Amino acid sequence: MAEKNLLLGDEALALGALHAGLSGVYAYPGTPSTEITEFIQAHPLAAERKVHNVWSSNEKTAMEGALGMSYAGKRALVCMKHVGMNVCADPLMGSAMTGANGGLVVAACDDPSMHSSQNEQDSRFWGTFGMMPVFEPSSQQETYTMARAAFEYSEKRGIPVIMRLTTRMAHSRAVVEPWKDIQEQNELHYPEHPRRWVTLPVNARVRNRELIKDYAQFEEDAAESAFNFLKDGPDHSMGIIACGISYNYLMENFPQGCPFPVLKVSQYPFPRKMAQELAGMVPKILVIEEGQPLVEERLRGVFPIGTEIIGRIDNTLPRDGELSPDAVRKALGLPALEAYPASEVVAPRPPALCIGCGHRDFYTALNNVLKKDYPTARVFSDIGCYTLGYMAPFNAIHTCVEMGASFTMAQGAAYSGTWPSVGVLGDSTFTHSGMTGLLDAVNGKADVVLCISDNLTTAMTGGQDSAGTGRIEAICEGLGVEKEHIRTIVPLPKNYPEMERVIREEIEYHGVSVIVCRRECLQTLRRHAKTAAK
Amino acid sequence: MKKDIILAGVGGQGILSIATVIGSAALEQGLHLKQAEVHGMSQRGGDVQSNLRLSSEPIHSDLIPRGGADVIVSLEPMEALRYVPFLSKENGWIITNTTPFVNIPNYPEMSAIEAELAKYPRVIAIDVDAVAKEILSPRSANMVLLGAVAAVLDILEADKLRDGIRRIFARKGDAVVETNLKAFDAGLAMAREKR
Repeated sequence: MAEKNLLLGDEALALGALHAGLSGVYAYPGTPSTEITEFIQAHPLAAERKVHNVWSSNEKTAMEGALGMSYAGKRALVCMKHVGMNVCADPLMGSAMTGANGGLVVAACDDPSMHSSQNEQDSRFWGTFGMMPVFEPSSQQETYTMARAAFEYSEKRGIPVIMRLTTRMAHSRAVVEPWKDIQEQNELHYPEHPRRWVTLPVNARVRNRELIKDYAQFEEDAAESAFNFLKDGPDHSMGIIACGISYNYLMENFPQGCPFPVLKVSQYPFPRKMAQELAGMVPKILVIEEGQPLVEERLRGVFPIGTEIIGRIDNTLPRDGELSPDAVRKALGLPALEAYPASEVVAPRPPALCIGCGHRDFYTALNNVLKKDYPTARVFSDIGCYTLGYMAPFNAIHTCVEMGASFTMAQGAAYSGTWPSVGVLGDSTFTHSGMTGLLDAVNGKADVVLCISDNLTTAMTGGQDSAGTGRIEAICEGLGVEKEHIRTIVPLPKNYPEMERVIREEIEYHGVSVIVCRRECLQTLRRHAKTAAK
Repeated sequence: MKKDIILAGVGGQGILSIATVIGSAALEQGLHLKQAEVHGMSQRGGDVQSNLRLSSEPIHSDLIPRGGADVIVSLEPMEALRYVPFLSKENGWIITNTTPFVNIPNYPEMSAIEAELAKYPRVIAIDVDAVAKEILSPRSANMVLLGAVAAVLDILEADKLRDGIRRIFARKGDAVVETNLKAFDAGLAMAREKR
């Protein structure tokens, strides 16, 4: 390995985890987190050490697999995008109660400005909610260093550690210099506190009180952490609290050094002691944080305090969206750099389904049937490339909420009198969160047409393996869908007549129908062709 | 000394191959570097950009401030114009391919794009696809554009970029390296002429 690596923040986290003696990575793909797992999958050390690195069906199964590894004393990493944290919330909150045995790190990659997401939720809240420490790096090198520190801290305090990255840290490259030493993997060893791992009320009540005490200790630790520091400056008219990556946007605007006292925060629980020290120096504090105003809200409180707090809530900084050097510059009261206005010639170029993609043919056939003969139809879709069926020229879907909601919402609408009620999701979303909803449909004898647009991969995130490839029909049959109402079609223009006939027949059948519409993703097809040529 | 570069194009055009060569050369020369990329949904035929920052001093922000970019490099002419608010008024260059990538119904008239580009003081517009075809290496259009960038990228010597091309394409064989070097030199010569 070269002395210097040019790594994405995601890759720096992955390398740091590998060098910290990782035994397993558990993840479901999701932008901007996907490259953590992909880096480990491709790394020779992972092969040499037999680091578990197979994609999980969803974030919940991932978190549970990692928790099992931690129980057995080994170091495990769980990776997901911010909304994946909702899917794994149950085991995540449970893991705070069991605590960690082997180091357990949960990498949550947030996507402020929603470059590739449906909301802007801030994963730091899980730390407060579950009483867990959160680490939030400000540079790629710090991400690498912090990964090891997070595993060590997790074992020292017996608690899972959340590592929060945001898009610009996850997907930006910089030079990372690794350590000379690479840690050994842990030996199999079981927890010192076996009662914690059985969360019966009798045990959980005891553990809850311990955890509340521990959480106070975590805050003490954060105040002593090398990742957090208070740096004085000559100008005491204002102080600044800069969290994670926002520290960079602050420093970008002061190439000669920040004139104001700065509290940089990269380890939580928020170290109140350090903020109190800062407040003793200045009358006013600007809080700069990427995501939701978690720290700012906490500092403001309800009753008047002696220190003026400014930040996102009073619109000194934009209330939503990711930060930028420009937004921070404005908040600091510095004049904007001279710049050209936006060009009026430029037209928006939104993302679109690839030319020749199977989802296109599926939506064309579906539209041909519904728009012509079933004007009351509603189409409930889901998270994936096929969500782009919302855009012109298809305008084919009515909803997209979260992973799996298509199949279940279609049922709720059907029970309410919607007909035809159509669900559309992809193969990977089906195995992630659609299967249980299909079982509900079978048990409820719902009058729905549930379509699986199967491109044999997890396409949106770049073509990762899909958990049910080759077994989609068998899964549907196993869940109780009648065999004659599991129909498979191939989405190609020449097949439109047949596709439309199948869709019509299944709409006219008043029970649970599954239509599997299968053709490989063009992107993975091209990649497979290249690999085969070599 | 610093150079802030915005690489622009349409998802799938391969702007990152240019970034990879510049990055490799910059590392070799001991420069600091940060490169913010776009992944995920935005890649599917939509507009894509990457912020590439090079400096002799440590770099803080992964993002280039408005009015701060020294160069906009674009594989597509309308995409070059998308990022002009980031271009430095003082010394910013636009280096762009002139071949449009039309995948939207309301793509503007080429004459409007040309007229708009002409409003900026430092523009090098080259039909890199045509140049690549002319020198019989149609798949090296990106390296023609990189060559053109080299004409204004005074923080990196052209030879360092040539070494970067050799390193990046080495595993694809000598013929590919030579083709790409030829494309690079053609772009560099043409940009020097136009400058």
